[in-house]
Amino acid sequence: MILNDLVQIKTKELAARKKVTLRCCMAAGCMSSDAKGVKEQLENAVAQAGLENDVEVRGVGCMKLCCEGPLVQADPQNSLYIKVTPENAPAIIAALHGGTANIPQADPDAAFFKNQLGIVLANSGVIDPERIESYITVGGYEALHEVLREMTPRDVVETMVGSGLRGRGGAGFPTGLKWGTVAKSPGAKKYIICNADEGDPGAFMDRSVLESDPHSVLEGMAIAAYAVGADQGFIYVRAEYPLAISRLQLAIKQAKQLGVLGSGIFESPFNFTVDLRIGAGAFVCGEETALMASVEGKRGTPRPRPPFPAESGLYGCPTLINNVETFANVPPIYRNGAEWFAGIGTEKSKGTKVFALAGNIKNTGLIEVPMGTPLRTIVQEMGGGAPGGAEIKAVQTGGPSGGCIPAQHLDTPVDYESLGKLGSIMGSGGMIVMDDSTNMVDVARFFMEFCMDESCGKCIPCRAGTVQMHNLLEKILKRKATRRDLEKLEELCDMVKNTSLCGLGQTAPNPTMSTLRFFRNEYEALLQPDKYGPGGNGDTNRQPAAEAK
Amino acid sequence: MAAKTLTIDGKSITAEEGATVLQVAEEAGIKIPTLCHLEGIYDVGACRLCLVEVVGVPKLLPACATKVAEGMEINTDSERLRKYRRMTLELLFAERNHVCAVCVSNGHCELQTMAYSLGMDHVRYEYLFPKWGVDTTQRLFGMDHNRCILCTRCVRVCWHIEGAGTKNVSGRGTKSHIITDLNMPWGESVSCTQCGKCVQACPTGALFHKGSTAGEMERDRGKLEFLVTAREKHQWVVAV
Repeated sequence: MILNDLVQIKTKELAARKKVTLRCCMAAGCMSSDAKGVKEQLENAVAQAGLENDVEVRGVGCMKLCCEGPLVQADPQNSLYIKVTPENAPAIIAALHGGTANIPQADPDAAFFKNQLGIVLANSGVIDPERIESYITVGGYEALHEVLREMTPRDVVETMVGSGLRGRGGAGFPTGLKWGTVAKSPGAKKYIICNADEGDPGAFMDRSVLESDPHSVLEGMAIAAYAVGADQGFIYVRAEYPLAISRLQLAIKQAKQLGVLGSGIFESPFNFTVDLRIGAGAFVCGEETALMASVEGKRGTPRPRPPFPAESGLYGCPTLINNVETFANVPPIYRNGAEWFAGIGTEKSKGTKVFALAGNIKNTGLIEVPMGTPLRTIVQEMGGGAPGGAEIKAVQTGGPSGGCIPAQHLDTPVDYESLGKLGSIMGSGGMIVMDDSTNMVDVARFFMEFCMDESCGKCIPCRAGTVQMHNLLEKILKRKATRRDLEKLEELCDMVKNTSLCGLGQTAPNPTMSTLRFFRNEYEALLQPDKYGPGGNGDTNRQPAAEAK
Repeated sequence: MAAKTLTIDGKSITAEEGATVLQVAEEAGIKIPTLCHLEGIYDVGACRLCLVEVVGVPKLLPACATKVAEGMEINTDSERLRKYRRMTLELLFAERNHVCAVCVSNGHCELQTMAYSLGMDHVRYEYLFPKWGVDTTQRLFGMDHNRCILCTRCVRVCWHIEGAGTKNVSGRGTKSHIITDLNMPWGESVSCTQCGKCVQACPTGALFHKGSTAGEMERDRGKLEFLVTAREKHQWVVAV
């Protein structure tokens, strides 16, 4: 494989391109509403109309407006059909020659699409994720070629530092710094791990990236491997994502066949292989030390850090762990340069962020916006606000580790620092919108129940503390709790946060603490008078006169 | 090996490189409470009782799993740490069915002693009263899950010192429990060598010699230390 081969594939693909492309969303969301049937019927309709030479029916990745799926987009007509059924196929084909099909359409120029900036999702909904040629046509693997042939590993790390990319898994650690640390760690054997154990309730960004553009993750991993001196990569993907797994398997197979993975890539001395490891359904395995234990075949429980994985990770070797979205950001950075990437976003948060919009919102789906976009733009303009004209009460970011941002702070720009100041986190990109019918104590209870169920049980504060906090929240909800119980809850939040072993426990109190910060009145409204407090049955200072009445 | 100087609770101390804060503190006569730590087996930092404050580090660090560094300023005893430690114990007592009066280890129990020494005089949390069983299928030993605190000493001693790998943890969260082989009755285990090291390692009355009744179960920790000393220092001596 040399650069010329890539160019040849690209030229061949472009030459074979037909006049009209019908892009059918084949990501998990649309597939669950029979997108496969839609695609098959479209292919049949094309054959029946004798248009095989003019119309290409292409299965593509996520087209982002998930709530309206299955989606089909016709190019160059630029018509976006929504809620398509297999029966609609002939009408869509007929409409290609002018006229309109009697099928609901969405406006591809609406705010939901216009405000998006595609870096990670640039190819999502455009290319066929099951064909490596489709990825190569949009410039795929050219960045890897450039890196392997023109740059030293040190240059690669420096470019990453210059881009200002920060980890998209949630904590926002500077990616370049992490790469530099692993590159400098002594050791003959090093590993790369892609963390695809996405588990936050309501989050599906990484799944969509893997389903829609698996090769960008592979290319990003290969570039990272070259930068840090690793030759073996693992993608740890959860078993609940069967489509992502099968597309990854296919992508790895195709990449190996073409020689962009394997030994002597692009005729350089660089070797790199990628294997999949399938998670067995434990949220805690998204924590890096637990993930590595799981890859090693051990029980997936975290261990104290330091030593950090960069120093002693998988099998005791220096290991680089990045999230799916982080790796997907890598090829565009090397294709367009660090300055280009650093020019997008805010001062401390560069680039874009993918969010999974869910909850009480009109337009559910995936969005990718530049860092610093105000929450209001995302929720009101792009998301279309709460359905049925309800008021938005809060936006939850960061899943069970994050917090609720109340409506009065909707003008907050989305970046790591601003969200942190409000007691929430950027997180991996789950964004759950809640309208005014939401009970915030119940929200806190839901996330606490999640953490309680997902606690690995290794350290006491998380194992036993989450249970007690959950029970206290239940007690408050059942209107059986007193002020003392609320005090106990707050005390436990502080204790579990400060004493737990890993991030799961340390952040488990966040949703509770954040709702207590902004919606304390909702908690207090549910409290009962304390038996021994003022006004309670056991209050010794209670006025007998009051009882006489 | 370079020596490191540091201060623990205001006391200046020199330590060997690579030593843990817990080891150094113990050498200096400073007692840090522990439950999952056991001399001779590797540490996991799970019980969180040995958490200490290190000046300049925002997070609390487990003394058993933190290596000493030059110039470290460590605080092992503050109002905050005492409070957290008491709460940790309260959580443990509320989690399973710890009834000292009918326990084989009454009077020789590390959990009980820890509660006394840290001033945990009552439990403010709701007792969960879970339903756990007792495994008495083994010829010599028994396992009462009601008294288990999941310190995993038995697991580690079984893998690390005996090398049998019989004990392990199954389930997650508060449903975690110690299992034998592939979650079979202990008596049916094929890998168990009946060495009894797990019983010697257990801090509470969860693992016991069959036939012992309330308060009778005393452990011989010296046996484990003897083995570790023999293995690591090649000295076949009994520690006094």
